[in-house]
Amino acid sequence: MANPIEQFEIKTLVPLGKIGGTEIAFTNSALFMVGAVALITIGLTAATARRSLVPGRFQAGAEVLYEFVAKTLREAAGHDAMQFFPLVFSLFTFVLTCNLLGLVPGFFTVTSHVIVTASLALLVIGTVIVAGFVKHGFHFLGLFVPSGVPFWLLPFMIVIEVVSFLSRPISLSLRLFANMLAGHIALKVFAGFIVSLGALAASGGVTGILGVAGATLPLAMAVGLTALEFLVAALQAYVFTILTCIYLHDALHPGH
Amino acid sequence: MDPVAAKYIGAGLACLGMGLAAMGVGNIFGNYLSGALRNPSAADAQFGRTFIGAALAEGLGIFSLVVALVLLFVA
Repeated sequence: MANPIEQFEIKTLVPLGKIGGTEIAFTNSALFMVGAVALITIGLTAATARRSLVPGRFQAGAEVLYEFVAKTLREAAGHDAMQFFPLVFSLFTFVLTCNLLGLVPGFFTVTSHVIVTASLALLVIGTVIVAGFVKHGFHFLGLFVPSGVPFWLLPFMIVIEVVSFLSRPISLSLRLFANMLAGHIALKVFAGFIVSLGALAASGGVTGILGVAGATLPLAMAVGLTALEFLVAALQAYVFTILTCIYLHDALHPGH
Repeated sequence: MDPVAAKYIGAGLACLGMGLAAMGVGNIFGNYLSGALRNPSAADAQFGRTFIGAALAEGLGIFSLVVALVLLFVA
């Protein structure tokens, strides 16, 4: 049976030389990232090329996407957070497109690598910290001091708040990465069952009948899991976006 | 005990945490649904918050998945 981890292998497509001891190359991961960005850019540009008051099918789709992200950002982080809309919209469309592209059979899932999701999460947390300090100066540190807490409890609360803040980029990146990884491994394991039990069915005889029944069940499961993965792909992109919005809310309105 | 066997047992035990996280996520969506059926007009406004709660509960289950994966493939 094929190794379910094999699909996550990074392959060098165009070697670009070395920096120190580290090999720099254009990989299949980079190819699919470029593909996702190109797909988003071309799709959204084409959809809004002929702007009309009564939108056509593609323009309406682009508007729904825009309004959805804008509504999420406004509700979670307030109206003044709209200055971060380009960042949030880019994150949402990039994560969504990478997740959905990964579901095409044989395609590489960019977001199933923790280095990619960790980079995105660090970008978000970096923006939160920089925006918080630029906007509020040292009042931003009030984020770590909950109000209405007895003074003897404050040192503990501050430690807990700092730890919870520092664990945000970890949980943000791990959630997306582990969901995509686990989903694709599960799909591959069930696909492997179909092949091995299908081979049993092809052998004929009494075991062949058992094999037909045994191979049909994982096939149905694989179809169901694929549908579930589409849901998870969209859901995790949404969760990544809404958590970004909430962290931005902390940067713009620190203090509890 | 054989260290390799202990590693696999540890990975299996780490997966228990995922089941517990599933209880948490199910609890959140179950309560959201029962609240939404009682007061459907307020349901849409709480949709985002439901997913935040589910994401936070799920995140802890994913930590245990990562522990299992680290035990299997890294350690």
